[in-house]
Amino acid sequence: MSDVTRATGTQLVKRGLAEMLKGGVIMDVVDPEQAKIAEDAGAVAVMALERVPSDIRRDGGVARMSDPEMVEGIKAAVTIPVMAKARIGHFAEAQILQSLGVDYVDESEVLTPADEAHHIDKWAFDVPFVCGATDLGEALRRISEGACLIRSKGEAGTGNIVEAVRHLRSIMGDIAKVTRADQAELFDWAKRLQSPLPLVQEIAETGELPVPMFCAGGIATPADASLVMQLGAQSVFVGSGIFKSDDPAPRARAIVEATTNYRDPVILAKVSRGLGRAMPGLEMDTLETRLADRGW
Amino acid sequence: MKVGVLALQGAFSRHATLLDRVGVTPVEVRTPGQLADVDALVMPGGESTTMSMLLEISGLREPLADRLAGGMPVLGTCAGLILLARNVADGRSDQRSFGVIDIDVRRNGYGRQLDSFEADLDVAGFDLPFHGVFIRAPVVERVGGEVEVLARVDGLAVFCRQGPVTVAAFHPELTGDTRLHERFVEAL
Repeated sequence: MSDVTRATGTQLVKRGLAEMLKGGVIMDVVDPEQAKIAEDAGAVAVMALERVPSDIRRDGGVARMSDPEMVEGIKAAVTIPVMAKARIGHFAEAQILQSLGVDYVDESEVLTPADEAHHIDKWAFDVPFVCGATDLGEALRRISEGACLIRSKGEAGTGNIVEAVRHLRSIMGDIAKVTRADQAELFDWAKRLQSPLPLVQEIAETGELPVPMFCAGGIATPADASLVMQLGAQSVFVGSGIFKSDDPAPRARAIVEATTNYRDPVILAKVSRGLGRAMPGLEMDTLETRLADRGW
Repeated sequence: MKVGVLALQGAFSRHATLLDRVGVTPVEVRTPGQLADVDALVMPGGESTTMSMLLEISGLREPLADRLAGGMPVLGTCAGLILLARNVADGRSDQRSFGVIDIDVRRNGYGRQLDSFEADLDVAGFDLPFHGVFIRAPVVERVGGEVEVLARVDGLAVFCRQGPVTVAAFHPELTGDTRLHERFVEAL
């Protein structure tokens, strides 16, 4: 019998873990070996998925949640938090991941969506959720569904930072505009953003999202990490950028150092030296599928 | 009086906000030069493995060990508690702690995120309960004779002090309650 009343699965507890991940790098891994390399390099968490985005892009087909055996293997391999991806709207995959005891579920556009109209009701879960967003309205809709962490989507699997920059600038720019709006204008903002008025009013008051905001999609170099951190991201997700580069471990470590020292060009120059080739990048107009368009 | 916040990774900006609210100007510490400039330090929550690696790379490990040995006042929360403890179980084999408070801790001893919790704590010296937020929190498994225990959960210490070193297994930076930071700053 406990001598204190413990409340679990609360918003404070869910958002609290996101606060602890700030200023860090969350790395995509497909197996326990990669998870070990990520932890050794200083990752604050790993993200378990079936295939990294560049392979999903190359091979096509339906991308789904990882095999539970793989998720458990990754959990056993590292001491840091383990996140795992579920398809948009696929609440059964999320239920399975929760039962496996993962620390965060990413309802992710990188996987093939399971529902063309509805995202998962994230309030129904004790495990916290992270969701992607391309603009402020999308971020607020995900928060209203219970997401406790937002990541700008970028365009996963491209090694091209341009979309991440577009999404961050859009979100940060609209937050700044909402902060300057008067009370009457906030009703119109809620309508334009297709978002609940109370969340818009909260942003007008605090000048920031009610949950932390990280950046994902296209980060391939230490300089990319610095760029998005300077644009307002509070941590970075790196997917294909590490394990599709020539030499993953030193690059992973360099991106960790760059995320801590994102405002110090001297340190950034030092950690960027001699990392070998980054992942091969893709131009946006050559893409067959825009992953960021998934989600509603 | 300059109070630094170790800003390698984690919830350092939340600590800075609370320090600001209790009337001191916080200084972010990422380099040995910045450490030399502060009179006291807050070590925030975050991932202790990541912070441990960044302490090495940044060249902060040795100067920080020297400052702690010299009696610099320090407040460590969660990962900060782990880094200050004498012994750490379930850490990485290459993870080293500073050992300036005589407690043994187990990383993530309260479990994974699904076991993370919030609870009202009775804290020695506070009239009203303090709301503690425990995120994948470390368990304090042994407390040395010189350590003063200021709060417990189910008999286990969650808030302790030994001389200039104060540690909490929970996150006072995640609530708006400034009492713990006030107490730390007043003692400087």
